Amino acid sequence: MNKEDNKMLKVDNLKKNFGDFQAVKGISFSVGKGEVLGFLGPNGAGKSTTMRMITGFIPPTSGTASVCGHDITTDPVAAKACFGYLPENAPSYRSMTVEDFLTFIAGVRGFHGKAGKEKVEAVIAKARLSNVAKQTIDTLSKGYRQRTCFAQAILHDPKVLIMDEPTDGLDPNQKFVVREMIKEMSADKAIIISTHILEEVDAVCTRAVVIAHGELKADGTPAELKAMDPSGKLDVVFRNLTMEKEGV
Amino acid sequence: MMKNIKTVFAREFKSYFDSPVAYVFLVAFLVLVGFMTFGVAMFYERRQADLTPFFFWHPWVYLLLIPASTMGLWADERRNGTIELLLTLPITLWEALIGKFLAAWAFIAIALGSTFPIVLTTAWLGDPDCGAVFCGYLGSLLLAGAATAIGVFASSLSRSQVIGFVTALALTFTLLIIGFDPVVNAVAGWGVPAALVNAVASCSLMSHFESLRRGVVDFGDIGYYIGVIVFMLAAAQVVTENRKAS
Repeated sequence: MNKEDNKMLKVDNLKKNFGDFQAVKGISFSVGKGEVLGFLGPNGAGKSTTMRMITGFIPPTSGTASVCGHDITTDPVAAKACFGYLPENAPSYRSMTVEDFLTFIAGVRGFHGKAGKEKVEAVIAKARLSNVAKQTIDTLSKGYRQRTCFAQAILHDPKVLIMDEPTDGLDPNQKFVVREMIKEMSADKAIIISTHILEEVDAVCTRAVVIAHGELKADGTPAELKAMDPSGKLDVVFRNLTMEKEGV
Repeated sequence: MMKNIKTVFAREFKSYFDSPVAYVFLVAFLVLVGFMTFGVAMFYERRQADLTPFFFWHPWVYLLLIPASTMGLWADERRNGTIELLLTLPITLWEALIGKFLAAWAFIAIALGSTFPIVLTTAWLGDPDCGAVFCGYLGSLLLAGAATAIGVFASSLSRSQVIGFVTALALTFTLLIIGFDPVVNAVAGWGVPAALVNAVASCSLMSHFESLRRGVVDFGDIGYYIGVIVFMLAAAQVVTENRKAS
């Protein structure tokens, strides 16, 4: 088995135009089992757009992505069954209780009745939601809402986990909990985390790519990225990579 | 396929009852229908054991209430960002769309079903034509289905519930009024060719309801309503597919 077959998520020359504006200008990378890939870039770099294309929410202008060998543009349902996705701002149905919401997700994921109940109970324990399980999501703090959406992403124990700014807006303790959960699961999954918080890279990532203006600027381990500047600091490297085009 | 539709349906149907809105809606429906039937159409004073004055007002009550019950179906998904969640789950857009439509239709069916005391009253006071009553309910249910599909489409247009409500109201009103007898007669009186008037009127939600209301089950009428439902859901599918991220 060659190395490429281990890659559970492959992104192949993805491009997206909105009218005349090129939001994503041809991005390729892949993520293998056991890897936690940090997807870095400043705001507006095209991170969310890329994630939305990978997850099949918006169609790419050209290029494609495949999850566990299923092409997202030609076989979307099979590809979607293989990943868990935490969209930006962690949306969820606010008028439902945590339990009902996760039961709904379990149903869509094909776990009905008793099997669904078991999955929901397991994920509630895993995401540390036991004491709010019967509450409506509306009444929860941001940290719990984030974890509820995180729980729906990992309910079916997906091989690929895609998270768009999973710790955005959380307090330091909540960030710590989310990162611990990511680390616990990283051994047997391919995980991709978009962020503009550089400390995230040191905290959880085994590899990182940097994008700016819709283009891939760097791809390497955190150590390799740091070595790109004599200072050895990630924020300096990040700035050098992402600000050059603005002429600052 | 069916399981996914059922799952979406169950969530959406239950969400109607998660807030007091559902109960306000049911009460409003019964009060409006009751007031129109007894207060305006003089149900008792007619001294006839049929439900004509009851069914007569259904299109106008639906005109007001169905857009209100469908306006959030897609607009809320967009506004809360849950559309990104829903459409990255392993279901097709059609499954989500049909599940939502059926949930909204079932909700209206419950409102319609809760008018059954009037049938009992009529049967107690006289001897109504059961076939006609059945046809009236069938016609009303189909009419509600068409209005619901219009509402689903209107809701898919934007993240605004208000736009969803007003668009559904305008579309439904137009489709009702072009077949409403007083309007049709007035237009015919202006010297517009009868063939044209009839052709336009035959596209109306109203004219097909009229014939069912009179107790005639014509497969053309049933087919018409199914056609409207399919067309509107297809339109919603196209709109959502192309504009889901906006």
